[in-house]
Formats: sequence, C-alpha cells, structure tokens
Amino acid sequence: MLKILKYSFYDLMRSRWSYVYFLFYLALGFVLLFLNNDVSKAVITLMNVIIVLVPLIGTIFGVMYYYDSKEFTELLLAQPIKRSSIFLGQYLGVACSLTLSLVLGLGIPFLLYGLFRSDVIFDFSLLLVTGTFLTLIFTAIAFNIAISNENKIKGFGYAVLAWLFLAVVYDGLFLMSLIVFEEYPLDSFSLTATMLNPIDLSRTLILLKLDISALLGYTGAVFKEFFGTNSGLIISIVMLFLWTVLPTWRLVYKSKRKDF
Amino acid sequence: MIQVEGLHKKFSKNQVLSGLDLNIQKGGIFAILGPNGSGKTTLIKIILGMVIADKGTVSVFGKPIKNKWKYRQEIKYLPQIANFPSNLRVRELIRMIKDLRQQTSEEEQLIELFGLKPFLDKKLATLSGGTKQKVNIVLAFMFDSPLLILDEPTTGLDPAALIRLKELIQKEKQKGKTILVTSHIMQFVEEVADEIVYLLEGKIYFKGRISELMEKTSQTNFEHAIAAIATKTTKTTNA
Amino acid sequence: MKQLSGLLVFLMLISWYTLSAKTISVCASCSVKSIKSGIEIADAFDTLLIKKGIYKEFNILIDKPLTLLGDKFPVIDGEDQGEIIRIASDNVTIDGLFIINVGTSYTSDYAAIRVVKSENFLIQNVVLEKLFFGIYLEKSNNGRVYHNKIIGDAVDEYNSGNGIQLWYSKNVEVDRNIVQGVRDGIYLEFSDNITINNNISSNNLRYGLHFMFSNDDIYTNNTFENNGAGVAVMFSKRIKMVGNTFKKNWGAAAFGMLLKEINDAEIYGNTFEENTIGINIEGSNRIQYKNNNFIKNGWAIKVLGACYTNTFSKNNFLYNSFDISYNSKLNDNVFDQNYWSNYTGYDLDKNGIGDVPYRPVKLFSYIVNRTPETIVLLRSLFMDIIDFSEKVSPVFTPDNLMDANPLMKRTI
Repeated sequence: MLKILKYSFYDLMRSRWSYVYFLFYLALGFVLLFLNNDVSKAVITLMNVIIVLVPLIGTIFGVMYYYDSKEFTELLLAQPIKRSSIFLGQYLGVACSLTLSLVLGLGIPFLLYGLFRSDVIFDFSLLLVTGTFLTLIFTAIAFNIAISNENKIKGFGYAVLAWLFLAVVYDGLFLMSLIVFEEYPLDSFSLTATMLNPIDLSRTLILLKLDISALLGYTGAVFKEFFGTNSGLIISIVMLFLWTVLPTWRLVYKSKRKDF
Repeated sequence: MIQVEGLHKKFSKNQVLSGLDLNIQKGGIFAILGPNGSGKTTLIKIILGMVIADKGTVSVFGKPIKNKWKYRQEIKYLPQIANFPSNLRVRELIRMIKDLRQQTSEEEQLIELFGLKPFLDKKLATLSGGTKQKVNIVLAFMFDSPLLILDEPTTGLDPAALIRLKELIQKEKQKGKTILVTSHIMQFVEEVADEIVYLLEGKIYFKGRISELMEKTSQTNFEHAIAAIATKTTKTTNA
Repeated sequence: MKQLSGLLVFLMLISWYTLSAKTISVCASCSVKSIKSGIEIADAFDTLLIKKGIYKEFNILIDKPLTLLGDKFPVIDGEDQGEIIRIASDNVTIDGLFIINVGTSYTSDYAAIRVVKSENFLIQNVVLEKLFFGIYLEKSNNGRVYHNKIIGDAVDEYNSGNGIQLWYSKNVEVDRNIVQGVRDGIYLEFSDNITINNNISSNNLRYGLHFMFSNDDIYTNNTFENNGAGVAVMFSKRIKMVGNTFKKNWGAAAFGMLLKEINDAEIYGNTFEENTIGINIEGSNRIQYKNNNFIKNGWAIKVLGACYTNTFSKNNFLYNSFDISYNSKLNDNVFDQNYWSNYTGYDLDKNGIGDVPYRPVKLFSYIVNRTPETIVLLRSLFMDIIDFSEKVSPVFTPDNLMDANPLMKRTI
C-alpha cells in the first residue's frame, strides 16, 4: 500500500493542480496576514475558507483523480497487489498531497509572520487539524462516489451534489427543523444533527475556540455539558475520526467487490 | 494450469458468462476467440481477479483464486487498451512496475528490440497508440512467469513490431510457458495458436486444434471456419 | 470678633485633644488584652495598636472617634457568632486587621465591619475572609474604603452577602480593593456621588458591581472578571463608567454590563472582552458609548425593549460572534464612526471611512433570539448566505440601523 501511496503522491505532486491549490493557500495566507495585519481576523476568515473550500476541493480532486487514474488502477489490478492496498494507497496519496498543500500553503505565511510567538497558535493548529480531517473525509466520500459510478459525469455530479448538500442544504434543513419544532427541547437533537455532518462537526470544533462566549449563552444542560467542558472537543474529534474511518472502510469493502 | 468450473457473470442485465467450464493444460498457446461481446475479456479478467464471478470457481496453478492476489506474481498480463498514467515517463513506468513486482526483469533487451530507447524520457501521454502498445508489451514480457495472458496484443503494431511480437511469443512457448491470447486478427491466431477456445453465448462452443475446427465446420480456410460458426449459430438461433 | 475667638478656642481645644491623644497597645501579654476593653478605656482620638495575635471577639462597638491600627495583621475571629465591628461614631479609622468568621444569618445582615450613620471614616488595609457581609456602610457619608482584600467562599446566592455594601451613603470613595467570592462584589443602593476606582472584583456569584437607585456615581479603571455578571446598573441616573475592564463573564445570563432603566450615563473607554454578552441594555436612554473595545464577546451589545437616543461612536467591535442584537424592528439609536472587524466594505476615496454602510445586526442574531438552539449553526455557509440576503434587503432587522461611516482602522 505504501508503494501505491508513494506513486499516487508523486503523481499528484507533479500535477499542476496541486501547485495551484498550494499557491492559492499561500497567497491567501500572505494576503490575510500581511495586508490586513490582524491575526484574529485572519483566523476567522481562514475558518470560513476551510469549512467551505477544503471539502469542495477534496471532493473534486478525489473524483477527478479516481477517474483519471482508471488506467493506472487497471494496470495495478493485474499486478500482484491486494485490491484494498491499491485503493487505500491512491486515496491516501490524494488526501496526503492535498493536506500537504493546505498545511504548507497556510503554514509558511503564518510561520513567516511569527505565529509561534503569538497566542493564536492553538486556534491555528486547530484549523489545520480540522482542514486535514475534512480533506481525509471528503476525499474518501469522493472515492466512494466514484467507485460506485462508472459514468464519470454522473460521478462528478453526485460528488458536487454531496458537497452542496453537506455544505449548504443540510444546514438549511437543520435550521428549518429547529424553527418548526422550537417548542420542544432541541439541544440533544441539534447536537446530534451536528455530529451527522462532518462540515458542521468541524465548524463546531472551531466554534469551541472562537465563539465559546456566545455558545455558553444558551441555557440547556446538554449544551452546557458539551460546550462548557472538554467533552465537546473530545466527542467532536472522535466523531471526525469515525467520519474518516467509515467512508474508508466502505471504500475497501466496495473495492473488493467491484469489476474492472 | 487453469481450471474454470460453472462460471457465471452478469453485468447488470447482460448475462456474459453462463456456466462456462474450461481446462487449460500447462504449455502451449491458447487462443480465446469469439464474436464481440462473447465474454473473452471478461473471462481473462476473471482469471486475473479483476472481475469477480457471480458463480463458479477458478483455480490457477491448482489453487482457487477467490480473494487471493499473490498468484498474480506468476502471471504476465497485456491489457487490451494500453492506457497508462499520463503524468509518468516511460522509464518511470517501467521502474515503477519493477518496484511493485519485485521480480528480476529483462527490460533492456526488450526496449532495444522494439526501439523504445528514444521514448524512455517521454511522458506516456505524448506517445502514439502503437508506441504505447510497445511499452505495454515490454511491461508484460519483461518478467519471467509461467503464465502469459495477452489481450489483443497486435493492436496498433507496425509489421516489424508484429513480427518481433510473434517471435517473442514463440520464444516463450519454447520455454514451456502457457500463453493465453485473444485477437481479432485470424491470420495472427492461425500463425501462433496451438489450440483455440471459441466462446459463444457465455459458454465454450469449441475447444481444440485449428485442424479439428476446420474439420468440424468442413471449411478449408481458418477464417472461414470461424465465420461459419458465427453464421451457423445465427441460423440456429433464428430457427 | 467674638466668633473668631470662639473658633480659635475650638481649634486649640481640638489640637490639645489630638496632641494629647495616646496610643493603647492591645495584645495577649499587654495590660489591655482585648479590643473591647481597649475601646472602653480609650478616649476620643486615641489609637488602639493591636499587636499580632488572635482575638476571639465579636459585636465590637466603636462609639467614639478612634483609630484601630493592626500591627502585622492581628486576627479577629468572630467564631461565626455575628457582626464583628460596628462603627457608630464619626472619624473612625480601621487599618491593617485580618477579620474572619463572620456569622451567617437569614434574618440580619451580619458584616465584618459595619458603619452606621457615621462620617469621615477610613477603612484600609483590611483583609476579610470567611465572611457574610464584608464592609457595610449604612447611612454613612464622606468616608473612604481603601486597599482592602475581601475573599469570600460563597456558594449560593441566598445565604451569602456582599463584599462592600453602601446603603443610603454619599460621597464615599472605594479605591483599590480586591473583592472575590461573595454575592455582589460592591453593592450600592440609594447611594449618590460615590467614586469607585481601581478595584478588582472577580469570581463573585452575582455581580462584580451593582447599582440600585443610585445617582451621579463614577467608577473608573476597575476590573470585573468571571462574575455571574460584571456590572449591573439599574434604576440609576448619570453614572459615569470609564476605563473599566469586563472580562470572561460567561453563562446563560452573563454579561459584562447590564443596564436597566438607566438614563444619561457616559460609558467611555471600557474594554469588554470574552463575555457572553458585552452590554445588555434594557430601557435605557440618552447614553453615550464612546471609545470602548468590544472584543470576542458572544454578543457585543444586546438591546432589549425600548432604548432611545443612545449614541455609539468611535468604538471598536472586534471578532464578536454578534456585534449588535435587537429584539425589535425599531431603532432610535445612533451608530457612527465605529470600527467593525466584520466590515467587508472598501474605502476608495481613502478618507479612512468605509464607502458602504455597515449593518451590525445580522438576521441570524434575530433567529437565535427566537430559537436559541440555532446557535450551533453559527458561521455556517447557509447562515452567511441568509445574512447576506438580509443585508441586501432587510426584512426582519431594523433597516435604518447601520453605521453609515464605519471606520477602516481601529480607533484609539
């Protein structure tokens, strides 16, 4: 598997898109820090970017890479290599190269700005951890969609729809159901609904850092327990981990049963 | 060498193989023939483990292949459509496959034989179809394995390369290897194949020497004999 | 002439009195062994020098002008019996005592030091622990409470008292005290012209500082941290609040400052940092907010009920989850030339003022007011889209509520 990972990774590292992605983050980091000179604001803007863009990029790259490397995959399938290794290797190759672009692209400007002497280091590392999780999760989801759809256009469409659903539509439905059922106690429901969407989950994780003052304004006991103690952080991270593992597991499962 | 029993495979609604039995002995060149969509490639892919059968068992080297992958170490495969990761250079591709298989290889003389030297540092995306096929052949033949599976090896080859390919196949045969080949070029099949396996409607319609086939169809020409099967079956199905 | 000579005689008398004032030492091995007996034998304007030691006394009544000076913090242990010191005379000074174990009662407000109907008192360098009420000023004017430390261990509001309480007292200065772990750090009721400076009031159950029906007071440079709520100003007029820091007042009903039925106040140069609500305003009019910093609060300002002609100018609103929240569609308040970190406009003419007005009230804050659980959707893309559309054409939020001249750079 490590060999496949290595080749996928190198393959992507050479592709133009990895550089575009990397340069985008690099530029974003520099603009936010050096033109604005406001670290706290930079962290907030970055959060918005990471929550929306990282899943989108992960999805598109994942699907694109899967379909583009179909030949590579077929070549590998005839080799004495375990099937799961092939797909896990490719998946991790994509996810790692995207993560690397993200971490380096944002890390370099922050390093140059002297972030390690600033107290937002924790917020910033949390952003990077969340970004990494989101990359892993959405690349895995993209691979899942691609492996289940032979048709490239269809697969691409489903992947973008999946992103759109999780990034926007889900929250819309979520909000609507909260308003419709506002007479009922909703804190358990709203936390559960948050857990079921990796984007909301990551957002919550960052909210715990950025907006804890506002979150503690709500009276519900479940909220208080979740946001007021470390349990929120721990549960969110565990859930993100599950969100990473489940699509990966399904990818392995599907890959063992698919015809090429 | 290869035992196939009661093989069924359906792609959505399309029943490709329905109860196929096949036994291929060690040594010799076997041509798998059949009309378009008769399941030749599917059969090969099932043997390679790329397609998973709905029913039936396949054993290679005497062992069932279900959920196994190590046996592919002993198989060399030349895929039908030579598509490679486009970002890679030829040299890197060869190095990569060697790295993945961890077997001794003799790519040098094959590269020489097909005149691929000038292309070694070119990206695969920039190569012509024929050159790609040559790379494909190099990749398939550079390892020493007892079983060779060639899916349409002649596609896009110029006459000179074709001759070299035939020589290569013969050489391998002399080493006592088993070679499975599919092709639409009957002349090529006639030239190289010891035995043919004719697939029809998901089953083996005929398995035997070319001479036996001509006898059976009472044709003197191999190409005609094959065509005769096709027409005959259409007639029977019509009737 | 007669008057002058009379004054002269009076002055001489006074100076003789003070010059003849003597110091009485109180300690376990002295001839005077208890504070009470010290007070008994002392004449007016004497000093009781209380030496280091533990004095188990309570209900100490000071009924003549005396100075109680502690030497190396002698401990007065009330053994939870009730009130410890009561000042019922003008010109009393209490300095350098360590008072513990005030009795708790549900019927009377026992205090460590109570001043009753007295003037010109000075209470300084006193440390209070295990108390019910700390320093209680009752109808006492023109005094000073300086540099005391009050450390309570209050758990429930109903059986705890206030650190420093002023009731019908005027012209008192409360300066450089540290108050923590009580119900209200400093509590003022019907007390006017009070100056409260440089105090640190933290970890109190209810409010760091609490005004009720008190007018013309000023408080500056105090720090209020992690109280149930920082400062509550209720039913009071003309209060000046300058240069204070309100920090980390977290919780469901927690705010840096609560203004309720307040008129004509001035709120200048304060910092509100990481509070659930920076300022909660109810029914308060004609208040000037200037040069304040609102940093990382849940809600920088929450406006409830009718609030008229308040002016917010030259404030910094930095990284708050919500800048302003309104519960009505009406707005009669002015926002002008503030800096908003959430402002995304531009300044093409480079005059330091954004060319597009800033609308500090988001639709989302309206939704959260209605359905609090929706807070979990904070900063989601969907909410941003909704907020954007509301910004373009306001439907739920007051459409005249905006800062027409948002600053491009922070003020101060």
